[in-house]
Amino acid sequence: MTINLIILPVLLQFLLAIILLFFWTRTSIQKIISIAGSMFSILVAVLLFSAVYNNKIITMQAGNWGPPFGITFVADTFSTTMVLLASISAAAVTVFSSVTIKKARMKFGYFPSFHFLLMGLNGAFLTGDIFNLYVWFEVVILSSFVFITLGGKKVQIEGAVKYFTLNFLASMIFLTAIAVLYGLAGSLNMADLSGKIQNIQNQGLVQVTAVLFLVGFGIKSAMFPLYFWLPDSYHTPQAAISAIFAGLLTKVGIYALLRVFSLIFIPDLFMKNLIVILAGLTLFSGGLGALVQVNMRKMLSYLIVCHIGYIIGGLGMFTVAALSGAIFYLIHDIIIKTNLFLVAGVIYKINGELNMKRMGGIYANYPALSLLMAIPLFSLIGVPPLSGFWPKIDLFKESFTTANYFLLGCFIFGSVITLFVISKLWSEVFWKKMKNPVRKPYIRYYDEMPQNQKVLLILPIIFLSLILLYIGLGAENIFQLSNKIATELMDTTAYKNAVLGTTKIHITP
Amino acid sequence: MRHLTFKTATNFLLPLLLLFSIFILLRGHYLPGGGFVGGIIAAIAFVLHAFAFGLKDTRKLLKIKPMSLMPAGLALAVFSAILPIFQGLPIMTGLWMNEPIPVIGLIGTALLFDLGVYIVVLGVALTIIFTISESV
Repeated sequence: MTINLIILPVLLQFLLAIILLFFWTRTSIQKIISIAGSMFSILVAVLLFSAVYNNKIITMQAGNWGPPFGITFVADTFSTTMVLLASISAAAVTVFSSVTIKKARMKFGYFPSFHFLLMGLNGAFLTGDIFNLYVWFEVVILSSFVFITLGGKKVQIEGAVKYFTLNFLASMIFLTAIAVLYGLAGSLNMADLSGKIQNIQNQGLVQVTAVLFLVGFGIKSAMFPLYFWLPDSYHTPQAAISAIFAGLLTKVGIYALLRVFSLIFIPDLFMKNLIVILAGLTLFSGGLGALVQVNMRKMLSYLIVCHIGYIIGGLGMFTVAALSGAIFYLIHDIIIKTNLFLVAGVIYKINGELNMKRMGGIYANYPALSLLMAIPLFSLIGVPPLSGFWPKIDLFKESFTTANYFLLGCFIFGSVITLFVISKLWSEVFWKKMKNPVRKPYIRYYDEMPQNQKVLLILPIIFLSLILLYIGLGAENIFQLSNKIATELMDTTAYKNAVLGTTKIHITP
Repeated sequence: MRHLTFKTATNFLLPLLLLFSIFILLRGHYLPGGGFVGGIIAAIAFVLHAFAFGLKDTRKLLKIKPMSLMPAGLALAVFSAILPIFQGLPIMTGLWMNEPIPVIGLIGTALLFDLGVYIVVLGVALTIIFTISESV
């Protein structure tokens, strides 16, 4: 069983999805199975995380075919951390969606698709094979297509078309890049590629392939030139769905970017400069986009784009300290973006509005709830003891010491914009008095809900806020973790040895 | 479409096609064929029946909803993948019987996996085609 512990997060989600498929129309059973399964998946993720964090990298050869020919699954600190974060946000979202998703939509396979999505995410985090990574990306995209069109409103279809097109384009570019890479190096195993890539004669083509990967993953993670699909599509589906998209879908692109550019293509000066410039422009354009929005969820979507710049900027500087800051930001970002979209969902339930101009009065009516919502909002800005502060300090310091003044300027710009935008949101939504509120008949308002549903709506936000508080107040532990990950990313010998050196084929007894 | 010739021919073709689909399924390990193609051929058999006798009769013939074939097939495929775990081997390792069975040949977990694919494909194809022909 020990060798298969690594595949358990993937397998568990797959089994959950299959069980849920058997209960296609019985939504109340689906809810219970899904929530219980998500809780159990946190347990599995913690088990895997502690097994890797305290000991060493775990690898597994699927089908017992030896490396580099078989598909390798690798659990190092980075991937297990991502699996843990994914299962935490997913658990929060399942509880939230058990209340907010309409029954008719649940009958169209909401919960099975949710677990297929998580299977794809976990698989993408744990695989050590670049083509397998592509396959997991496809699993994620196919399930997200179900989500983004679930409900079939006109605005949703419009968002979905943009989402489809850009993601297919990204997949095509990614696949082309894999094909070229395979033609050059003759291997798909990432650890194997890592050793082979330096010995290739045609280094010019290697550079081109690296840029292809950058573009493919860049589209998926909403990097500068091709980010516009994200704010156009993320605000259309239900709050719970946007939350999981915001928290995890762009981050899987970031994960792949960090993995590929630390393991296979070590960035040279040109690549570093390119990534730094793109990161700066991402921060800049995302921030400016967020500035002008009046739709709350659209504004938050632009903030996703903006904040991705921090992580990519950390990659662009490519030092241990910078990567450590980027990883810390990634950890904080996954939890906070999920939480923010859940908060936006609750605000929508209270006000029945998404236009910030027409909202207001939450602080007067729900002071305790506002205080709770202040935790993710202030963490996002990075008010000192809270979680956003620490990685930013790291990134600011590192961009100063590596003399990346352009990036430093963009970092500061991004923070100021976030501060401005969130204070605007706070004053418009929480402090302002709501002018002549109109009740819409098709929305189930927060105050109409029974007590137990209210609890299920708020509980995930409390859960994620507590984790945010831990990230902020227990920053030292997270620093240790992100530093360990960054060191592993910079020095890949342990990873390579774990995959190629010591993995043995198990002989059939 | 409901011509007598067509109906009579379908009565003969249905079992033939189903047999052929199983032949393709079993052949698939080393030669062209396999679960996917087999499933499609089996789906064609039922679609032909639906054209000749109407959807209602085909549903009666099938007895179970084609939708419920999907999770069943998936479960079978996953089961074949997790079997090696109980022997302490990595997931999806192929396990084989020692002695080949007459006619069918050597049986292993790969066949179980292919059977799962066969059922899933049959379920998906029939669900799609039945839904479309009902809404027309």
